[in-house]
Amino acid sequence: MKKILSYLFNRFITILLYISGSITSIIVILIVIFLFSEGSGLFGKKPTEEGSIMAVNKTNKVKHLNAEQIKLIFDGEITNWKTVGGKNDSIILFRMDNITDYYTEEQIGENFENLPKCISQVVDSMPGIIALVNKKYIAKDFAGKELKIDKITVTDFLFGKLWFPTAQPVAVMGALPLLLGTFWVSIFAILFALPLGLATAIYMAEVAHPTVRNILKPVIELLAGIPSVVYGFFGLIVVVPLIQSVFNLPVGETAFAGSIVLGIMALPTIITISEDAIRTTPRSMKEASLALGATQWQTIFRVIIPYSSSGITAGAILGIGRAIGETMAVLMVTGNAAVIPHSLLQPVRTIPATIAAELGETSQGGLHYQALFTLGCILFLITLIVNLAVEFISRKRKRVEA
Amino acid sequence: MNKRIKQQIAFWVLRIMSSLVVLFLVLILGFIITKGIGVISWKFLTTMPENGMTEGGIYPAIVGTFCLVGGSMLFAFPIGVMSGIFIHEYAPNGFFKRFVQLMTNNLAGVPSIVFGLFGMSLFVNKLHFGDSILAGSLTLGLLVLPVVIRVTEEALKSVSDSFRLASYGLGANKLQTIWRVVLPIATPNIITGLILSIGRVSGETAPILFTVAAYYLPKLPTSIYDQVMALPYHLYVLSTSGTDIKASRDMAYGTALVLVMIVLLANLLANALRKYLGKKVKMN
Repeated sequence: MKKILSYLFNRFITILLYISGSITSIIVILIVIFLFSEGSGLFGKKPTEEGSIMAVNKTNKVKHLNAEQIKLIFDGEITNWKTVGGKNDSIILFRMDNITDYYTEEQIGENFENLPKCISQVVDSMPGIIALVNKKYIAKDFAGKELKIDKITVTDFLFGKLWFPTAQPVAVMGALPLLLGTFWVSIFAILFALPLGLATAIYMAEVAHPTVRNILKPVIELLAGIPSVVYGFFGLIVVVPLIQSVFNLPVGETAFAGSIVLGIMALPTIITISEDAIRTTPRSMKEASLALGATQWQTIFRVIIPYSSSGITAGAILGIGRAIGETMAVLMVTGNAAVIPHSLLQPVRTIPATIAAELGETSQGGLHYQALFTLGCILFLITLIVNLAVEFISRKRKRVEA
Repeated sequence: MNKRIKQQIAFWVLRIMSSLVVLFLVLILGFIITKGIGVISWKFLTTMPENGMTEGGIYPAIVGTFCLVGGSMLFAFPIGVMSGIFIHEYAPNGFFKRFVQLMTNNLAGVPSIVFGLFGMSLFVNKLHFGDSILAGSLTLGLLVLPVVIRVTEEALKSVSDSFRLASYGLGANKLQTIWRVVLPIATPNIITGLILSIGRVSGETAPILFTVAAYYLPKLPTSIYDQVMALPYHLYVLSTSGTDIKASRDMAYGTALVLVMIVLLANLLANALRKYLGKKVKMN
């Protein structure tokens, strides 16, 4: 009896261990499922509000427009139908409120009973009109025609140049400025952090006296431990004003400030992984080099660095991954302007910062909410690729060592 | 150029660059400590924020952060340790083990804001926990899970195989060996890792933005379904979107210092423990 009980207990614990062993895999899969199911509804939807349509004159050749074009038309930046593929005629904007410019309140009627007819007449009388009308005021014998609005597609989302998810009458969701902003900030962060990190790693592994190393080690652990919001706070109060005064800018919240803060934050990752890689260089290789008369520096430069280059690459890639996913610090120092960056001294907005800043204002299941989850998917995929690349590199290295 | 001179130059460049890294830390810590030390007082730590968060203290944020740390550890610690034991002691070398390790690494690399999105869609919306300590703790727990697993794995790796073989030799089975022999030796190292992950959890902001953190809530939580303020989010609010950013700057310095102190203490404690245990093992 006792034996059976202890056997069962053993089995039970084993099963429990197996379950907790697979939990990380389950979570990763759950993350994928939830992110994609919340975000995937975005594509194939119309970017307009429910219940309103765009109408144009019957003679207008333009059949459909995309969200970006409509946004530009209603902002007054596109003023001629020729720009969007129609005939040479200036565009006349018409919103529901404008109806009083054409008809008196009496003509419309007390309960708007004549409104559909009035709208129909207005649209019919002007060849250049584009009207944003509530669906319920469209008469059965409407004289204009409905303008089709392109549904949101993957290409529009990834390569659209404008990010105005709450714009009226249409939401414009082009993530290109955010994607470029993210890469822009991260790449410059690494350009700044990699030389510093690599030098420190080499110094710690090969040059430094053990006492110095024992000082450096906790310094790097602390750098890794400081919360990102504290980095952001430091950046906001020290780095941002510094950049503003040095470069004489109207605002100091720029991509450059983000890169510096991110660079400091990526240092610990780069240093620890590169140092580990450098340490794995076999002693025999180093000694062979030294025995041939090479100096220590020549050995480092010609033997150790080439030998550990794949590990250093892994560190750099992982550092980029960290930088891409970093949220709070970037949100606080980069200025958050969703425009395609042209210089480092310009505000930019990254994907994580966009999610953090905008998700609080969205309604669950809405278009904007879905768009932010889609951004989350993109972020997840980028970091997944980064991790798999690192895994691939380090596995290859292990094989070489064996 | 003489190769010795070349080496001297190269080494000096390395030294300068390394000291730059140290300089960064000294600058950041020095700045926050000098600006924040004057703000910290017993009153600051134990009273509610007042007057649009420009006066008073940060007591509810401290309590909130403690709740979140406790809650997430309660979830992540047992599961993480068991998962670590599974990976190192149980899983047969092969595809499944490699897959589990790969997934753990992937989870460790997922950005914290993605955890926030996931926590919001699963815990807050799907499971209807709402913005609550429960949802926030679980989200943070998922975030540190890979850390706890890795720490456990490393700790188990450092237990010499001779202990295991001796235990088997005396007739113990696998579970007895792990429970009575391997775990007691590995425990101190696991605890060291646990302390470090507490430091990590207390500073995370992005995962709690949409799962628990309250902008301003001057009362203490009464159940796990309550919202709380949290130190990192409070610092974010004070420095970017408070009612009067200039006036609440002092509060922000103080909050930043408290956060940094938690991390510093965690690191010092972990290092001291490591050193002490290192000596103890050598004496054996």
